[in-house]
Amino acid sequence: MGAARFWRFLAQRLVKMAAMILAIAVANFLLIHAAPGDPASVMAGEAGAADPQFMAQLRAQFGLDQPLSTQLMIYLGHLLHGDLGMSFRQGRPVAALIAERLPATLLLTGTAFAFALAMGLLLGALAAQRVGRWADSAITVLALGFFATPIFWVGLMLVLVFSVWLDWLPSFGMNTVGADYTGWAAVADTAQYLVLPALTLGLFYMAVYARLTRASMLEVASQDFVRTARAKGVPEGRILRRHILRNALLPVMTYAGIQAGQLIGGSILVETVFAWPGIGRLALDALLARDYQLLLGVFLCTSVLTVVFNLVTDVVYAWVDPRVEVG
Amino acid sequence: MLDLTRRGAILGAAAAGAAGAIVPVGSAQAQTPAPAPKRGGTLTTILTPEPPILVLGVNNQGPTQLAAGKIYQGLFKYDFKLNPVPELAKSWTLSDDKKTYTFKLQENVKFHDGTPMTADDVLFSIMKFHTEVSPRARPIFAKIKEATAPDPHTVVLTLDSPFEPFMLMFDDTACAIVPKHVYDGTDYRTNPANQHPIGTGPFQFIEWQRGNFIRMKRFADYWKPGEPYLDEIIYRIIPDSQSRALALQTGQVQLTQANDIEPFDIPRFKAMPNLQVELNGWEYASQLSWFEINHRVKPLDDVRVRQAMSYALDRNFILNRLWFGIGKVATGPIVSTTKFYDPAVAKLQPYDPGKAMQLLDAAGLKPNAKGVRFSIKQLALPYGEVWMRLSEYFRTAMAKVGIEVTLETTDAGAWARRIGDWDYETSTNFLSQFGDPTLGVERSYVSSNIKKVTFTNTGGYSNPKVDALFTTARESGDPAVRAKAFTDVQKILCDEVPQIWLMELAWPTIHDKKLHNVIRTAMGPNGDFEDAYFA
Repeated sequence: MGAARFWRFLAQRLVKMAAMILAIAVANFLLIHAAPGDPASVMAGEAGAADPQFMAQLRAQFGLDQPLSTQLMIYLGHLLHGDLGMSFRQGRPVAALIAERLPATLLLTGTAFAFALAMGLLLGALAAQRVGRWADSAITVLALGFFATPIFWVGLMLVLVFSVWLDWLPSFGMNTVGADYTGWAAVADTAQYLVLPALTLGLFYMAVYARLTRASMLEVASQDFVRTARAKGVPEGRILRRHILRNALLPVMTYAGIQAGQLIGGSILVETVFAWPGIGRLALDALLARDYQLLLGVFLCTSVLTVVFNLVTDVVYAWVDPRVEVG
Repeated sequence: MLDLTRRGAILGAAAAGAAGAIVPVGSAQAQTPAPAPKRGGTLTTILTPEPPILVLGVNNQGPTQLAAGKIYQGLFKYDFKLNPVPELAKSWTLSDDKKTYTFKLQENVKFHDGTPMTADDVLFSIMKFHTEVSPRARPIFAKIKEATAPDPHTVVLTLDSPFEPFMLMFDDTACAIVPKHVYDGTDYRTNPANQHPIGTGPFQFIEWQRGNFIRMKRFADYWKPGEPYLDEIIYRIIPDSQSRALALQTGQVQLTQANDIEPFDIPRFKAMPNLQVELNGWEYASQLSWFEINHRVKPLDDVRVRQAMSYALDRNFILNRLWFGIGKVATGPIVSTTKFYDPAVAKLQPYDPGKAMQLLDAAGLKPNAKGVRFSIKQLALPYGEVWMRLSEYFRTAMAKVGIEVTLETTDAGAWARRIGDWDYETSTNFLSQFGDPTLGVERSYVSSNIKKVTFTNTGGYSNPKVDALFTTARESGDPAVRAKAFTDVQKILCDEVPQIWLMELAWPTIHDKKLHNVIRTAMGPNGDFEDAYFA
C-alpha cells in the first residue's frame, strides 16, 4: 500500500470524522433538551423551597430563556473554538471537570482492558490447544459464567468475599483519603483500590476474548496452510504462535477496537458500585441533574474517542493483514 | 483504615465498658457517664447525593446543609423545643412594639481567611446575599424595612409589622453568615469563591475531589476556645446504597445520616452493639410526607373522595412495614414537633375501608362491572426505593376500595418539572416545616401561593376561611391569637384533607458509640459538630 494512498485515505477519513462528530454533537444536544425538566426545575426540587423569581433567575443564568435554536448556535460556536462551556450547576468549566475525572476512568478501564485481553488470549489459546479435554471444558464454562453474570453482581460478590469476609481489600473509593501519599506509595495505595473494580469489569471482557480467541483459533487450525506446515515438520509450538494465533487475531482485534472506543463510557456500573470517581458517574449525575453543558461535554469526549479508535483499528488491520487495504 | 473492623470495634467497646464506671444494677435510668471530651481523631462519614456546591444560600439541598453546616454558622441555633440558642449572636432583645430586633454579636469571631466577622457581614448576609439567592428567605427578609449596625457588634433590624416566627430564620440553613468582603459587588451564584467556601464554623474547607470526597479540618482560630475537638471531617461520596451500608458495617465510616442508609437496612444496624441509632434532631425541619392531590383533576376535588382515600390508607402499615418503625404517623398538616401543633384537634381519618366505600358511594361514584369506581395516576417520588414501595402500597390500598391507580415513574428533574407545571393527578411529596406553620405549612394551602413552581400550593386547594386564618396567624404578633388561628385551621384542614398526610419523617443518624455529641440541637446532624469527639 503506497504512502501517498495512505495519506489520502487518512485525510479523507479525518474530514469524515469531523463531520460525524459535529452531527453527533447536534443530535446529542437535541436529545438532551427533549428530556422533560431542566436544570432549574431540578435545583428547585432539591432546594425544598422555590418561587417563580428563583426559577427565572436560574434560567437566565443557564441561558435557558433563549429559543432552542439560539442555544444550539451558541453551543456549536463555542465548540468550534474548543470551548466546552461551563457547568452552571457546579460553577466550574466543563473541561476542568472532565479532565479531573477522565484519568480515573481510563486507569480503571485501561487496566481492565489489558487484563481482559491478556487473560482472554491466554485462556482462549489454551482452550483451543486442548480442545475437547477437561482444560477446554473448564475454561469454556468459566467464560460462560463470567459472561452471563451481571457485572454489578460480580462486583458485589467480590466485595463480599474480599472486603467483608477476608478483609483483604477496601470496598470503595480510589485511595486512602487524608493519608496524602506521594510517589510510589500513592501508586501502591491506589493499586489496592483498583484490584476489585478492575477485576469486576475485566472478567466479563476476558470471557468474551477467551471465547472469540478459542473459536477463531479452532477455525484457523483447520485451514490447509496449517496442515501443510505440520506436514513440513514445523514444531507444534511454532505453528501455534506464528501461524494459528496471528491469523486468528483479526476477530479479536475487531472486538478490542470496539471496546477501546468504550473505554470512557462503559464503566458506569462498576464506578457506582465501587464509588470510583470516574467519568461514567459524572455523566449519570449530569443527566439526572440536567446539567446540559457537562453532559454534552462527556458525550463529545466519548464520541471523539470512539471515532478515533475506529480509525486506529482500521489502520492496524491494514498493517497486520497484508490482504486488507485501507481507502 | 481497615483497622476498625467489626470484630475489633466490638472488642474495643467491650473493653471500654468493662473499664468504665460501675453502673447500679437494676437502674433503668442510669447510664455510663460519657467519657470526657478529648482532642483528636478524624471522622469519616458519607454524603448522599453529592451536592453541586457547598455554599449555603446559593444551594439549600439536604447534603449541602449537612456538610456546609460545619463550615458556616448562623446567628442562632435551636434547641429541641425550637427556642433560639446563641451562636454568632450572643443575645437578642425585642422592642415593645414587637417590630425592632436588636442582636448583640460575639466579639472574637473570625472567618476562615482570618478576617474578623462584624455587623457589616451580618447585614450583608441578611439584606443582600440571602434576599437575592434564597427563595425561602426572600419573603421574610422583605419585611425588614430598616437594618443598621450602630457598632461593629450590634445589629438592629426593624420590621414593617410584627412577625412572630422571625427568630426562626437565623440558623445556618436559613441565613448563614457569609463574608461581605468576598461576595459584595459580585454575582453571588457564579463567584469563583464558591469553590472554596469561607465561613465562621469550627471546620474549614480544605479539599473537594469531585465524586470522591470532601475534606475539612479543624479551624485553629475558632471563636470558642478549645473547640472543635475533632481534627478532620471527611465526607465520602458513595453512590450505591449497599456500598454505603457495607462501609458503615466494616467501620470504614463512623457516621451516617439522612438518606445514607435505606430504611430496610436499619434493623440490622440497630442490632449492632458498636453502633447507635438516633432518631431525633429533625425537630426544626419536621418533614411531613403526603400523597399530593391535584385538585384540578376530577373527582379529586370532591372532599368526600379525598376523605375516602384517607380512610383507605393504613398509616401504621406504612410506618411499620415500609419505614420499619422509623418516624411517626401523621395527625394533620402540622407536625407534632412544630410550634402551634394542637393535639386536641389534630386527628386524621383512621383506617376504615368500609367507611371509605360508603363515602365514595355517597359521592356518586359507584363501582362498574369490574369493581372500579374511577381511575387515577400516581407519579412516584424518585428519591429512593422506599418511595416507590409507598406508591405501590397506594395502588394496592386504593384498589381495595375500587379506585384504580396507574403508576408513573420518572427521574428527579422530570418530577420537579411536572409538579411545577401541575402536570400530574396524584403524586407523593415531603416538605419541611421550618419550626413554625407560617414558615413551612402555610405555603401549601393558601390560594395566594398557587403557582407553577414546586413547593407552592401546586395542588390548587382554595378555601377562603383557610386563607383568612393563615393570614391572621401571619400578621399577629400575639402568640395566643396565632395559636387560636392555627387550631382552627388544623380543624378545617383535617376535615377537608386537601393533601393526604402520611408520616412525620425521621431520618436515622447512625454512629459509632465512640463518637459523642452528634445530635445536640434541633438541627440534628446538620449541626456544626463543634463539640463532637471520639472517646
